[in-house]
Amino acid sequence: MDFQLNEEHRMVQKMVRDFIDKEVKPTVREWDRKQEMAPFILPRMAELGILGINIPVRYGGQGFDYISLGLVCEELEAGDSPLRVVMSVHMGLNSMALLQWGTEEQKQKFLTPQAKGEKYACFGLTEPGAGSDVAGMKGTAKRVGDEYVLNGEKMWISLASKAHHALVVLRTNPDAADPHDGLSAFIVELDRKGVTTGDIHGKLGMRAGSTGFIAMQDVHIPVENRLGEEGEGFKIAMSCLDNGRYTVAAGATGLIRASLDASVKYSHERKAFNREIGQFQLVQQKIAYMVQQYEAARLLYLRAGWMKNEGERNTRETSLAKWYATDASFDAAAEAIQVHGAYGYSDEYDVERYLRNSKGGVIYEGTSEIHQLMQAGYALGYRKDADLRCELPAYDAEYWHAEK
Amino acid sequence: LKIAVFVKQVPDSAAKIAVESGVVNWGDAPLVINPWDEYAVEAALQLAEKHGGEVAAFSLGPESAKEALKHALAMGAASATLINDPALAAADAGASARVFAAAINKLGGVDLAVFGKQAIDSDTGLAPAMTARVLGWPSLTLVANVAALDAGAKTIKVERGIEEGRQIVEGKLPAVISIIKDFGEPRYPSFMGIRKASKAEIATWTLGDLGIPAPESKVSWPEIIAPPKREVTNEMITGANADEIAAKLADKIIGEGVL
Repeated sequence: MDFQLNEEHRMVQKMVRDFIDKEVKPTVREWDRKQEMAPFILPRMAELGILGINIPVRYGGQGFDYISLGLVCEELEAGDSPLRVVMSVHMGLNSMALLQWGTEEQKQKFLTPQAKGEKYACFGLTEPGAGSDVAGMKGTAKRVGDEYVLNGEKMWISLASKAHHALVVLRTNPDAADPHDGLSAFIVELDRKGVTTGDIHGKLGMRAGSTGFIAMQDVHIPVENRLGEEGEGFKIAMSCLDNGRYTVAAGATGLIRASLDASVKYSHERKAFNREIGQFQLVQQKIAYMVQQYEAARLLYLRAGWMKNEGERNTRETSLAKWYATDASFDAAAEAIQVHGAYGYSDEYDVERYLRNSKGGVIYEGTSEIHQLMQAGYALGYRKDADLRCELPAYDAEYWHAEK
Repeated sequence: LKIAVFVKQVPDSAAKIAVESGVVNWGDAPLVINPWDEYAVEAALQLAEKHGGEVAAFSLGPESAKEALKHALAMGAASATLINDPALAAADAGASARVFAAAINKLGGVDLAVFGKQAIDSDTGLAPAMTARVLGWPSLTLVANVAALDAGAKTIKVERGIEEGRQIVEGKLPAVISIIKDFGEPRYPSFMGIRKASKAEIATWTLGDLGIPAPESKVSWPEIIAPPKREVTNEMITGANADEIAAKLADKIIGEGVL
């Protein structure tokens, strides 16, 4: 067993950390207050190649492995959560699904510009009335000749107003005996007639991120835009979540680290009763828990990343990593505020933003409650992962690096 | 244009430096490329991009200094060479300059040797000028901008950042230049560069390869001590208005003998 990151991993980590420290951190507070996404974020992430980090070079990506994706997400969220969200939707939920399920033509047409950062991508599963109950969705796609006609609304969609492409799941067969089998997945260019998008404001956290809705009214798309077979939508959506949740787990790990680092720094600076507060045992206990949470969360997501590299099914491990890391990031941020006292309650310090941003991760991409049901299901033997028609390809450095 | 850029591996600037039993210790802080040398690599790459040519990176140090070279490769340098010899373990700036000059001669055909303005560990800033002296080349230090460079006519015009402002200096190539921050932010390593660097074979040259005897160091470190701790006290100066506060502050400064 080798716990060592390789040289590439360490250099990727440092490069993204430098980008965050130099360009992102100085602007975070300003854009959080404005409740807008800083306009430079997406183009800069594209320019630096972050938006294609783990996609093979032949499809416009940078050819790094899945562990690198996790490390990038950890670094991004240690700086600012909305940047990690970009990777969750653009890469985890969309681009990796195209890599896994897409035809060669779909990879050339949609994945390549996404990996190059020329197009941004998002993912539409949740509806105003259907979140955890995926099969309860109302949006429909009706086959008419060589086209599908899409109708419905997707809600709480990250990058809804910024993305060029969305991967949406809609109902194609309302009569399916099992409603899960009546869903299909589609790639929708968001400049098509009948599509409207917008942002939601007034969120607790992720204020410098773009979260919105995609409304589709009689949107015509060609059959070639269907991802996978008709009726495969639920399986595709769940496989997307295996990848999206991985990025959320890695990001939440970064958020725990940020809470820990801020708490350690403040514990050395702040004095009470003529001692730095780090010398008080109850402050030490909070820091000890943060260390424990960070190390455990990191090992859990790196194991999931390693399994992806090996081509092993990792639904259980990714779910566990996501559940643990997001819950722990919320706890760590709350305790970081406590360490900071009244200053932590103000946005003069970063920790209150960490708490607000952490809560989203506990809800999206499977609430903690869903993950608890999953883990219990695996342990009790009620839940087993069936093989998929298309599995996420194992990382093969030679294939990933080759131009053609 | 053939450019040689020299980088050094140093403790991270955020490291807490301590002296324990006469030995400098920086705890578990990582070793990084000297921040000033990142500007040098950036300058070298920009000049190569603008005028055509290649950048060869060198570092004098132990095996671990390969990390600094890999950073330079990931930024875009075409090749990297470590200069490592047990006889150079305690090389001072003068000895290092002789080694750098020998490396430049061995590489051959170098038009420009580029350095950061100083290293953040030893902080002397002597290596660029001393290397120029050994080579007999012009020394253009503290360069903020290369205003003109004519590879054909072998001329260079630079703006030096000095206390009084900017000074424009012209010289002949080949030359040694040292770079300051004003040159522009160093680029991040690209992902493709990172992959190239991680796969790169870094050659190691010894004094034997350079064909020079071990240069003598004139400077030695007979004793290393931590500077005495400075006791700092804070005092808030208050008053009814700005004038009163300023007057009190002025009295304090004069009273303490600061001015």
